[in-house]
Amino acid sequence: MVAFNLNGKAVSAQAEESTPLLWVLRDELKLTGTKFGCGAAHCGACTVHVNGKAVRSCVTPIGAVKGATVTTIEGLSPTGDHPLQKAWVAEQVPQCGYCQSGQIMKAAELLAANPKPSRDEIVAHMNGNICRCGTYHRIIGAIQRAAKEV
Amino acid sequence: MNRREFLKTSGLVFAIAAAGDTLRLISAAEAASASQINAWVRIAPDGTVTILSPGAEMGQGSMTSLPLIVADEMDADWSKVKIEFAPAEADVYGYVFQNQKAMAIVGSRAVMYYFNDLRTAGAQVRKVLLANAAQKWHADVTTLRTEPGFVVDGNGRKLSYGEIATFAKVPSPLPAVDKSELKGKDQYRYIGKAMPRRDIPEKVNGKARYAMDVQLPGMVYATARHAPVHGATPESWNDAKVKAMKGVLGTVRLPDGVAIIANTLPDALAARQGLAVKWSHSIADGYDSEATLEQTYAKVHADPAAKTQQIEAKGEPKAAFSGAAKTYTAEFRSDYGYHAQMEPLNAVARFNAAGDHVEVWEGTQDPASSRSAIANALGFKEEQVTLHQCYMGGGFGRRSLGDYSAEAARIAKEVRKPVKLVWTREEDMRYGMFRPQAFQCLQAAVDSAGKVTGWTHCVVGDGGVLLQTGIRIPYYQVPNQYIEARGTSHGIRLKHWRSVGHVFNVFAIESFVDQMAAEAGIDPIKFRIENMNATPRTRAVLEKVAAMSDWQAPRPQGRALGLSLSDRSGSQGAGVAEVSVDRASGKIRVHKTWLAVDGGLVAQPEMARANIESGILHGLSAVLHERVTIKGGEVQQSNFHDYHLLRMADIPEVIEVAFVDRDAAPSGLGEIGNPWIAAAVANAVYKLTGKRLTHMPFTPERVKQTLTA
Repeated sequence: MVAFNLNGKAVSAQAEESTPLLWVLRDELKLTGTKFGCGAAHCGACTVHVNGKAVRSCVTPIGAVKGATVTTIEGLSPTGDHPLQKAWVAEQVPQCGYCQSGQIMKAAELLAANPKPSRDEIVAHMNGNICRCGTYHRIIGAIQRAAKEV
Repeated sequence: MNRREFLKTSGLVFAIAAAGDTLRLISAAEAASASQINAWVRIAPDGTVTILSPGAEMGQGSMTSLPLIVADEMDADWSKVKIEFAPAEADVYGYVFQNQKAMAIVGSRAVMYYFNDLRTAGAQVRKVLLANAAQKWHADVTTLRTEPGFVVDGNGRKLSYGEIATFAKVPSPLPAVDKSELKGKDQYRYIGKAMPRRDIPEKVNGKARYAMDVQLPGMVYATARHAPVHGATPESWNDAKVKAMKGVLGTVRLPDGVAIIANTLPDALAARQGLAVKWSHSIADGYDSEATLEQTYAKVHADPAAKTQQIEAKGEPKAAFSGAAKTYTAEFRSDYGYHAQMEPLNAVARFNAAGDHVEVWEGTQDPASSRSAIANALGFKEEQVTLHQCYMGGGFGRRSLGDYSAEAARIAKEVRKPVKLVWTREEDMRYGMFRPQAFQCLQAAVDSAGKVTGWTHCVVGDGGVLLQTGIRIPYYQVPNQYIEARGTSHGIRLKHWRSVGHVFNVFAIESFVDQMAAEAGIDPIKFRIENMNATPRTRAVLEKVAAMSDWQAPRPQGRALGLSLSDRSGSQGAGVAEVSVDRASGKIRVHKTWLAVDGGLVAQPEMARANIESGILHGLSAVLHERVTIKGGEVQQSNFHDYHLLRMADIPEVIEVAFVDRDAAPSGLGEIGNPWIAAAVANAVYKLTGKRLTHMPFTPERVKQTLTA
């Protein structure tokens, strides 16, 4: 059993310690906003925060988050109106939407450390997250919009 | 909903006729059978209007844009409109395509095919509401008008649609609506306006439900391993060993693979690693895609005895060539492409206790086909299958067969529990259904005035019709043409891929035209208009994109513009790309793109713009990176580390899309964004280097090879 803090609440997972955090979040704790894209840390669809740092939950064993604070898209803002979420709607970013939880979590990490990132800084930070629909330019626009707000 | 429930629904209900070749609203009284009483539009006493959307949603916006058309004509208050997915019944909810009813959201058809029917349906609802209000007020209906959600009389007295729903009667048959009664362009409230997509808010907070997210009580998990060589079948496998693995509940033989069922998905995935299957022989055994593309296809093209399929024959091409002042020939190649939708294929299936009915949750481009694929796999009638449409984490042509749904249903039948089937990314890629690789040979005859008078184009490859879209050139009025396909067969699974054959055919056509323009020393736009005799519609998009890109203006050092155009699903586009190339690494960079599009009436310009931008980047990804190769019969790529997709650092800083204003019916816009870009990039590279890239994708290694050749 692994105990950790998930979106502000104490939880414990029954899965073995080697089980990827992704499946514990989705199947055991029923938070399905975090997505399975590649299972090998290539695409970023499964990005969540562990102690504020963006990690790929598909390759993070649950044992590694013992006692840690985990934040998923569901916990990014209690009311779903984090400046990035509002900016994502304003810029009409998502298309299929499947990668967007991971994109937003990755972007939230950036803004927390660097509230006014340049375009180049945004690209360097976000380059590991794939969007097959090609919403990249809108993601950049939404991060810039959110940066103006925070 | 059964008939009794339907008739009890409070408020006003408009059903839809199952017969006929268009969508037709009918009244509840007219709806004689259960299959006819699917409510298309429901108006509740509180004013909520529920409109069904037949548009599968994979990110293109159809689930919003189709109900918007109904809402506009019925003058609904959009803030009170709820959208639900229509059931998987093509007879009822389908559009007519080639004399058949279909619900497939493919080839950018949604708005194009549904537009008129949905407008008529909306107008009929409005007419019924007006007539009921007139009766209530004892007023002449011609003195009444509507505002969003209300009928209003000459004195400003109002009745809300919700109030009307409490007393209204729907006449049988419904009043006819003449075309002249539909709104004019200047009367639209929602069509042609920037309306936000309804699915977006729940796609930023994790609430949007994809099939991958469906959870059912008592659900178990399955994954599958399919034949590494397409076409092979499982002969035997280490069943006892797999079944002894942790959490494994069983295995199921599939026609083309083996499924493993386990209590948890990680257990199923681990057991998959331990599964060893002996496969049958297949015609794809030993297949080598690179050797085939480099050598075999050229031989097929040169073989006078090869079987050919004529696609276009016009005028006297032979005479045009024998009398030509100059002739041109060029060859092009393109590799296999993989869909790479972000959501790996998956479906959830659950049988009832009696085992004679199955529910399946799937994100599908074609719910009706999925339903029949599931029924076929189980030996069921379609009535025994309920399909629950979900959002798709990308489609791009892959998700219109219901193959993985049928697989989930087979597994659920064996295990007698609700099952979620999830393919790994590796499975999704290696057992993919690819855009075919292709070889092209084009020839052109030019007369003494410099006009292109003769045109031949031969495409060689596997995939039948998948090779052929985009090979015709209706946008150029070349009098003598012969276009053909020469089919081969390799046993590799193939499928439509966003814009299908346009990807490689337009690459070849527009590179070839550019080559002729360059050799003649004529501006590429002028050459297309004058020497290729472009149609007036094509000329309009060319002129538009010339203005957008400031075509004649000098570019920064080391950059050049390339131009290309294409048609697709009735739309026409012309695009320009500003490109540089790093000669040392062979890396191409596209800095800016401009695309002018003629899509007729654009029902939702902002959604269309986003969709076209997506197409441009999708196309650019295919041009710069994407490549499936097959060796020894097996797909060589397995995940995103060796099948490269466009990433954020690759995108142009400027992606500009503009629509040509033309008074015509809507045409498809989901795939006009990607076909043009390959040739535009190649043509810019030619301007920069004097070398032509003739093999897609333009990977750095290939570019370096071309530059040093």
